[in-house]
Amino acid sequence: MNLIEILVKNIIIVIVCTLAVVGCLPKQDNFQPENAEIVGEQQAKLTLPPEVPPPIEREDATKLIVDLEVVEKEMRLADGVEYTMWTFGGSVPGKFIRVREGDMVEFHLKNHPDNKLPHNIDLHAVNGPGGGAESTFTAPGRETVFSFRALNPGLYVYHCATAPVGMHIANGMYGLILVEPWEGLPEVDKEYYVMQSEFYTEGGYGERGLQPFDMDKAIEEDADYVVFNGAVGSMMNKNAITAQKGDNVRLFVGNGGPNLTSSFHVIGEIFDKVHYEGGSRVQENVQTTSVPAGGAAMVEFITEVPGNYILVDHAIFRAFNKGALATLAVSGEEDENIYTGQQLDRVYQPEGGAIQELPQEKRAIPTASTTEERIEFGRETYMSVCQACHMADGSGIEGAFPPVAESDYLNEDPDRAISAVVHGLQGEITVNGETYNGVMPRQNLTNEEVANVITFILNNFGNEGGEVTPEQVERVRQQEASTS
Amino acid sequence: MNTWIRVIILNLFFAGLSVAALAQPDGMARIEGGTFMPFYSSTEDSITVDPFYLDKFAVTNAEFLEFVKANPEWRRSNVKSVFAEDGYLKHWAGDLDLGSDAEKIKNSPVTNVSWFAARAYAQWRGKRLPTLYEWEYVASASHDKPLASRDKEFVQKVLDWYSRPNPETLPRVGQGKPNVHGVYDMHGLIWEWVQDFNTVFISGESRGDQGELKQFYCAAGSSAASETDKENYAAFLRFAFRGSLEADYSVGNLGFRCAKDNQ
Repeated sequence: MNLIEILVKNIIIVIVCTLAVVGCLPKQDNFQPENAEIVGEQQAKLTLPPEVPPPIEREDATKLIVDLEVVEKEMRLADGVEYTMWTFGGSVPGKFIRVREGDMVEFHLKNHPDNKLPHNIDLHAVNGPGGGAESTFTAPGRETVFSFRALNPGLYVYHCATAPVGMHIANGMYGLILVEPWEGLPEVDKEYYVMQSEFYTEGGYGERGLQPFDMDKAIEEDADYVVFNGAVGSMMNKNAITAQKGDNVRLFVGNGGPNLTSSFHVIGEIFDKVHYEGGSRVQENVQTTSVPAGGAAMVEFITEVPGNYILVDHAIFRAFNKGALATLAVSGEEDENIYTGQQLDRVYQPEGGAIQELPQEKRAIPTASTTEERIEFGRETYMSVCQACHMADGSGIEGAFPPVAESDYLNEDPDRAISAVVHGLQGEITVNGETYNGVMPRQNLTNEEVANVITFILNNFGNEGGEVTPEQVERVRQQEASTS
Repeated sequence: MNTWIRVIILNLFFAGLSVAALAQPDGMARIEGGTFMPFYSSTEDSITVDPFYLDKFAVTNAEFLEFVKANPEWRRSNVKSVFAEDGYLKHWAGDLDLGSDAEKIKNSPVTNVSWFAARAYAQWRGKRLPTLYEWEYVASASHDKPLASRDKEFVQKVLDWYSRPNPETLPRVGQGKPNVHGVYDMHGLIWEWVQDFNTVFISGESRGDQGELKQFYCAAGSSAASETDKENYAAFLRFAFRGSLEADYSVGNLGFRCAKDNQ
């Protein structure tokens, strides 16, 4: 091979390689959203929570038309509780808007003629005065239009910014807009839209009826309700969001406020990835992420194990007392390699294997003079000592605490019951055909009290009757502790 | 007391009454002048309103029909578009036809009228639209207090109405209790045009507005007295509503009533 041949060959190789590399790169290497060519025109598909519009498959930026209608209407805030919501698109939070970086968004804000008030919209995804609020101040029965270029990819809150702003937001005027990066987000199996917010009502949590907005509480930041997607239980039971075991789930999480920052957490899941603050950076392996009022985050996780996963604001009284709870129901096969479920449940005995003695304070013990009195005093003892395990109706708890109602074990030989009380009971017993293998601690009761309580049990709960005397208890007490 | 004097006093009293009755234009209430504080002001710049007359009721569909009968240029099909946009009187079936609900709506307040049309109606009646301050002054009265902006119950009622969407058909005028001036429905029925609705400017971007509006914004957000805050918000909503209007707009819950100078 001569020199020229080699040279030509090398040049060809270089060209081929270059072509190959260029071919592998995305079409628009130096994507500049502000200069992206606008190709065609499309109507944006908006979704109600918790749904999210499908990923954008387009190759090019386009003129994207977004129609959003403001509707003021009464809606459910909790069971039996109604609230006049001011909504973007008829729901709280408002409809989810999905655009692509580089798109020219033509935004139409329509204020329904039946509405009382003027409204506007501030989209945090907008670069420009007021985020569009200045261009969209809209009286009832009118429509305003403005356009903006989606320059910064990320997840953004939108909200009404008409005076008084706090009241418009407190009444439900917020939602999320996603600006997908031009190259798209990584594909996942499920995407959901979850937005937290608070409500301030004249009545307290759960007080029924149409509840008006309470300005004083809003100023004090003393929320009655903290909820996901606009109502207590909006994503619970049959409305739970769902996934299959092994799904990669992406939650678009927003916080409409108006006041509180969310400590967003999913019980039993670790976020594999969090686009914290809705931005481009990713944090990995996160338990709880802060979502500020007027802010957002994208969280992703794989659902390794089936079961119900509870979404909460981990400022936990908001979850269990104000409504900030939602359910992600994951179906599929158990995987003991990841999570076994309960393997053992037994009494923990810090003092070793011996039967425990429950300490009790010294009490004045009345002496029963009749069987009726014995039953009456016994009832009190039962309610204070026995019912926690054996239940108020004597039915016990299947598999854990044997019944004392219609109990063959008891009726056949009341001494066994006396013994269980004065000595404690450990090991397997059979009651009404069920086997129990637990531990009953020795009860610190006097002979009189034991006589009373056993007599009470014998004469109640469908048992066969009879009377136990303190002398009988003393006799059993003197015997060795029985183990069967 | 001397009988003669008593008779004279009585006569003077009745004479006074009849003079007042003569001076009182039909269907209008005399509003004694007074001073009040708009929600955004401090004590130093409270507003004084001179005595004037104000319609007891908002103008009804039936009354407005008389107006367009007498003034063909204000009929729906004739009106110049600069004076009234497309929605002008859209709840009527035709130029002079209130539609199948005529009986139901004839005594309801007329809405879907532009500011230009409201002003023309007032002139035709030999009246004018009330000024912003006249309207706000009368609106700050409850049924038993001339200045009720700190009356918790009154303020809550006003706020509640702002929070409710419109009913399908507006009720007829004058169903509630009149306020202390004898005027009905200042709250709870419709929004109302005023002469200078756009002198206090609130743009769409309420948080960034400078000057006057900044004052409003602070007023509504920062006061420590909670009842005052609430009233601030009620007034704030009214000012924001007016700020969203142009004089040719026709809005489904926006009507008007007329005023007259005290002469």
